[in-house]
Amino acid sequence: MLSALLPLAAPALPLDEAGKYVAGAYVVFLILIVVYVAIMAAKLQRIERELRELAGFAEQRNRDGESEKVTVDV
Amino acid sequence: MYGKGLRALSIATVATISLGFSLVFFYAPLDADQGFIQKIFYLHVPLAITALVGFIVGGVFAIAHLRSGDSRWDAYSYVSIHMSVIFGVAVLVTGSIWAKASWGHWWVWDEPTLVSFLIVFLLYATYYPFRYAIEDRDRQARYASVFAVTAGAFVPLNFLAVRLAESLVHPRVFATAEGGLPGSMRLTFLVCLAAIALLWVTLVKFELTAKSASGQVKRLRRALDAPAASGQSRIAPEVS
Amino acid sequence: MTPSRTAFAAILAKDLRAELRTLQSLPAMALFAVTTFVIFRFGLDRTALFGSLAAGVLWATLLFAAILGINRLFVAEREEGGFDAIRLAPIDRTALFAAKAAALLIYLLVLEAIIVPVFAVFFLDSAAALPPLAGVLLLADLGLAATGTLISSMAVHSRARDLLVPLVLLPLVVPLTIAAASATDPLLAIGGPGYDRFGTWLAVLGLYDLVFLLVGYAVFDFLLED
Repeated sequence: MLSALLPLAAPALPLDEAGKYVAGAYVVFLILIVVYVAIMAAKLQRIERELRELAGFAEQRNRDGESEKVTVDV
Repeated sequence: MYGKGLRALSIATVATISLGFSLVFFYAPLDADQGFIQKIFYLHVPLAITALVGFIVGGVFAIAHLRSGDSRWDAYSYVSIHMSVIFGVAVLVTGSIWAKASWGHWWVWDEPTLVSFLIVFLLYATYYPFRYAIEDRDRQARYASVFAVTAGAFVPLNFLAVRLAESLVHPRVFATAEGGLPGSMRLTFLVCLAAIALLWVTLVKFELTAKSASGQVKRLRRALDAPAASGQSRIAPEVS
Repeated sequence: MTPSRTAFAAILAKDLRAELRTLQSLPAMALFAVTTFVIFRFGLDRTALFGSLAAGVLWATLLFAAILGINRLFVAEREEGGFDAIRLAPIDRTALFAAKAAALLIYLLVLEAIIVPVFAVFFLDSAAALPPLAGVLLLADLGLAATGTLISSMAVHSRARDLLVPLVLLPLVVPLTIAAASATDPLLAIGGPGYDRFGTWLAVLGLYDLVFLLVGYAVFDFLLED
């Protein structure tokens, strides 16, 4: 299957001076995208942490509210 | 809801980028003059076009913000400009690599488009300190929109002036791009352009979704009367 | 509604009167420019300038002196609470823009009337280039006035006011500088004034002026809202 694709103009990869730079540019581009994804992941983690904190806070408040009700009955 | 359609968009972006890069390295023929170096043009030019269009789009959002007063437009404008500045860095870096590969210098003043882009980039880079210096949130948003509109008007003028200033002796190296581009090169170029444009839109959407989520968290915090979190950005507009 | 022309004239008159009263910026700007010429003389190690070098020294100096003046354009308003009075007055806000831009234009023209002859005396060997140069200066000043007023009116409400104007204004006036310097370069050539692509550059200057006067006119209202 793959051998059928090879006859198509195979990538000319002259690893002379200039070629290195161009290939490097594409690699840098991909790295930058990965870096961006990592930054997004960090943001997501922070949001997740804050949400968990807030959920805990809200549950705590509910529990406090219920315990207050209990004391009033008594 | 900013997150809607984000997955489909991301998949489309990844697919197009993969296709585009495959075409660059496996399909597009070698340029007769420049050889392998020319392949950087498939990355550099789409990045530049996308960044410039992004700046104009930021200006259009800014007009919408000024006319409606709705701060959502300000957020769109900010993110558009922000993403275009980041893409702009990539443009300058790839442009520099191309200059080094072609002429052995990391920067040349001969290519008018690259020089124009540098100037546009320098102007938009002042967007951040400009926003940061204005404390009142509403005023900051309004003035930032005025900046975006002014800078948007600036872009075509700048390209015109720099193009005229360049000596007519130096041929525009990317002229071969506009002129008789063989079909295979044109196809590759268009696919790469679509890929980079999709990437821009996807990243902008990501950014807006993250902002929106943060905004909702803040809103929840307020509703619960929970203690405030630290680390608020002074310049990035909030989305809620 | 007070007719715009009356409002325009009133604000313009107030500005000019204020400037005459305080006599602050203009002599300082002129002095700064002349001293800058001296620095260029030693920095470039040249006693005579021609062509692109002369054009560059002249335009760089003019730009930096103009920025000193632009910084001061709205400061008086801010300090004396002038903005509130104007905002409450039933006038077209764009009259304010026109008046401020006109005041800045006049400052720049007077400044150049002082320092361009000094420049000619210091560095040029003939005054033949001065009349056509005046045309270039006028067109360039229009553009500087429009963008300078726009940026200055935004910067006045910011914290780092003095830094913000040069920071944002300089990239913004690059096309104007390119056109002005490119038009001036052949004017100051050794053999006598040349007019290489003079019309083209004047057209670019005119276009720049038109675009930014329109932009200023369109957005200025939004700058004065509170």
